Amino acid sequence: MKEYKTISRVAGPLVFVEKTHPVGYNELVRIQLQNGELKNGQVLDTSDDIVVVQVFEGTSGIDRDAHVTFLGDTIKLSVSEDMLGRVFNGAGKPIDDGPEIIAEKKLDIIGSAINPYSRQQPSDFIQTGISTIDCMNTLVRGQKLPIFSGSGLPHNEIALQIARQAKVVGQNEKFIVIFAAMGITNEEAQRFISDFEQTGALDRSLVFLNLADDPAVERLVTPRMALTAAEYFAFEKDAHVLVILTDMTNYCESLREIGAAREEVPGRRGYPGYMYTDLATIYERAGMVKGKKGSITQFPILTMVGDDITHPIPDLTGYITEGQVVLSRELHRKSIYPPIDVLPSLSRLMNLGIGKSKTREDHKQVSDQLYANYAEGRDLRGLVAIVGEEALSDRDKKLLKFAAEFEDKFVRQGKYEDRDIVKTLLLSWFLLSGFPKDQLARISPEMKDKYLVEKK
Amino acid sequence: MSKIGRLYRIAGPVVVAEGINARMFDIVRVGNERLMGEVIQINGLRTTIQVYEDTSKLAPGEPVENTGLPLTVSLGPGLLTSIYDGIQRPLEVLQKQMGDFILRGVDASGLDLKKKWDFKATAKKGDNLEAGAFIGEVEETPGNIHKIMLPPNVKGKLAEINSGKFTVEETIGKLENGTELKLMHKWPVRIPRNYKKKLPPTMPLLTGQRIFDALFPLAKGGAAAIPGPFGAGKTVSQQQLAKWSDADIIVYIGCGERGNEMTEVLTEFPHLIDPKTKKPLMNRTVLIANTSNMPVAAREASVYTGITIAEYYRDMGYSVALMADSTSRWAEAMREISSRLEEMPGEEGYPAYLSSKLAAFYERAGMVIPQGTDKQGSVSIIGAVSPPGGDFSEPVTQNTLRVTKTFWALDAKLAQRRHFPSINWLNSYSLYMDVLEPWFKKNVADDWRDLVDKFMTILQEEEKLLEIVQLVGSDALPERQQIVLETARLIREAFLQQNAYHDIDTYCSLPKMYQMMRAILKFNDLANQALDKGSAISDIFATKTKNRISEVKFEADFETFLKKIEKDMQDEFAAVR
Repeated sequence: MKEYKTISRVAGPLVFVEKTHPVGYNELVRIQLQNGELKNGQVLDTSDDIVVVQVFEGTSGIDRDAHVTFLGDTIKLSVSEDMLGRVFNGAGKPIDDGPEIIAEKKLDIIGSAINPYSRQQPSDFIQTGISTIDCMNTLVRGQKLPIFSGSGLPHNEIALQIARQAKVVGQNEKFIVIFAAMGITNEEAQRFISDFEQTGALDRSLVFLNLADDPAVERLVTPRMALTAAEYFAFEKDAHVLVILTDMTNYCESLREIGAAREEVPGRRGYPGYMYTDLATIYERAGMVKGKKGSITQFPILTMVGDDITHPIPDLTGYITEGQVVLSRELHRKSIYPPIDVLPSLSRLMNLGIGKSKTREDHKQVSDQLYANYAEGRDLRGLVAIVGEEALSDRDKKLLKFAAEFEDKFVRQGKYEDRDIVKTLLLSWFLLSGFPKDQLARISPEMKDKYLVEKK
Repeated sequence: MSKIGRLYRIAGPVVVAEGINARMFDIVRVGNERLMGEVIQINGLRTTIQVYEDTSKLAPGEPVENTGLPLTVSLGPGLLTSIYDGIQRPLEVLQKQMGDFILRGVDASGLDLKKKWDFKATAKKGDNLEAGAFIGEVEETPGNIHKIMLPPNVKGKLAEINSGKFTVEETIGKLENGTELKLMHKWPVRIPRNYKKKLPPTMPLLTGQRIFDALFPLAKGGAAAIPGPFGAGKTVSQQQLAKWSDADIIVYIGCGERGNEMTEVLTEFPHLIDPKTKKPLMNRTVLIANTSNMPVAAREASVYTGITIAEYYRDMGYSVALMADSTSRWAEAMREISSRLEEMPGEEGYPAYLSSKLAAFYERAGMVIPQGTDKQGSVSIIGAVSPPGGDFSEPVTQNTLRVTKTFWALDAKLAQRRHFPSINWLNSYSLYMDVLEPWFKKNVADDWRDLVDKFMTILQEEEKLLEIVQLVGSDALPERQQIVLETARLIREAFLQQNAYHDIDTYCSLPKMYQMMRAILKFNDLANQALDKGSAISDIFATKTKNRISEVKFEADFETFLKKIEKDMQDEFAAVR
């Protein structure tokens, strides 16, 4: 393999190499520094005259005399079943004390799109044990449901709780949890790993760590490494895989950094115009395939910049993922855990996973009724601030009380409290029983007869 | 300069070749794997090409070959029931050839080249045929007759024509000038198909959805936009339209959308039964699925592939409904390609030609007299727009609104309240109301428009009153206005809300809508009359029957049910003092 010493320019994370043989787009690159240190990169732009390489480990120490080798292949991840229980860095190298992974095969990390015709429609209810998700924003196997959070909110706790508790009712099979960290702090990463260790989950987990002080460009491959491993376990080893990606905001920042270094025309807020497509190639790697037993369920976590849901990152994410779970600072301030605000939250695949024979026949109607009443109750809070509670009608007072109770009893639960769906529905009916029957318009009379218990 | 050149530069989905002689929008084969690409810019000796497949590992120096042809679709029997990607490759065939993941360098014909179709000639030897003339028929799917036409640019005297079993590539006849006729012909997707004359729209595209048909109707041959922030129920609304609209042919383009949702369409459609023919709805549907992670250039092309197929069926004299979900993804694909070309960006990074491209696309809708027949055909476009952050002032929404006449404003707030379909009745509009009024008068009832107008008035008044209620509470309102609020509540809950997942409520016929509107307004009238007589408002509101109006949604025999409701209501009010 030819080595080149023709670096003409180094700028930010990019290295420009001249006078090469024809180099393939997306090819893997190795750069050897004077002191023997090795760095890896990937071809972003290739032409007769110049090849642009993005360097994952950062460009510090690279000079014009560094040796550049083009490896003639795209980035691959060595996969095998021995990966379970191991910790890797953001570029897929083991960083625990264990042995090297002996590859069963090497898979391209870019991944191809699943043929829409081959996709299996997700329909298995995943019980997370969290009422606001199970009852009102139901997750199904093969879904991608991001958590929209803000800085300082307990999104990691929620992700951990989901990883601990997630199961398909009636099946003993546990999920394989693949955890990909992008730019999170060492402390946060430690928490994840120690929690995995304590609960014994580490044996069926894979951890990919790109920490805050790791090179930013490496973040661009971390989720792809994780998802490649996920595809291997799901579609070749029949496993059900839960992938947690945190924090996608850091990923997008890296994307912007590369875009800026390449002097691309920036889109909204400086993010590159292809961010939608780029994010889609990550999120769309969730799903199920006809004729295969496994599945990939994704839980991306992103912190909304300034709690702004219209910021390009949550906005584009919301257009690709099948709903979102939104955390609320207001609930968090009221010290309600998990501070999930159900109103802007949504699960688009909910209807596929609930109902008779899946959860319970009354599930949909109960959820609709909770939504309607809580939305109205929340609106009334604004009114109360103006006119005072005395001016409200009886019905409005009930709604107001409902909203408070809903937050206190239904939303709030313990970090280790695993509420099954029947318990959650029972709780819902209990909260709704404060209303006269004819005010529960979203629920059919038969359901009310069957499940509603009059409150005394 | 020649047919074959070499690759000079590769950066993402856009590559540059040199030494190739190509026209704009010619299809070229790129690299050793012969990936499909399209010429989008010519700059001296260098030609810029957008590639419809993943370009990883392509290297400078690999060959590029010009086919000399623009991007075309194959038009002929076999389109219906098909599921294509953005460049008309059948996804089922792709799956057979390359497994569950989409790899590259695979070619697949849009039509089944082996299948034999039973062709019945209707034209006779010696007929003088104009371009687009019908020459025969094939029963494409049970009950759906596929007219075989001369291609739009071919005419002449028929020298020979044979009925019988043919594949789409076999010769079925000849013109005297020697042109061979086949069941299939090709047409470039970026060029609208010719027609004789465009007509003004006169009839509605019925959808069975109350808020659409009654309050904001779309005309056959018209264009509608559904903008909605994410989570506002856009996809469900569109799927309802695809399922229930009374078009002969449905073309559904999933452009840059979610894989799982596309699967929902792909798994659900084949099971749907056409309410009119009791046959699978798929029999008259063409699906195009280009999910967000499939190559961006093919996403850009998917919209054109879809509209060309729609126009083809229009030319047979059918009414076609085309749904594009979502045109924002299409615009973003344009933006992505444009920025790779380093073009000067317009608003929000979109190319400056965004508005003209959007307008040209929507202009391909219309009620027309096709070339070869006097029967009218139409293409109605329903384009979904996904404005970032729900901000309607962004360029794609704004440019779309300039060319569409019906606007169904989805509202995330309503969706949060689980008010579905979450169409905001105050922000939506239809400019077809007036031209469609005669049709409704003739086909439903003389006072249809009056009832609709009354509904709108009440809803508008409610909005104003609610502002006051926010400040002073509803009890402080004059009694007559309290009735307005109550009627408006009935309209919202009993009429506007419609359950897409309920067997009966999912489709509502025009007579049912009409009767429902009458029943609700009847309450309004009775309540106002009672007030005139001096009844107490609390007694009026205590009447129970009004709350049962909404139950009619779930009744098949709505007439009996509503008659009883109206009678009960009358009796009840008679008892109010």
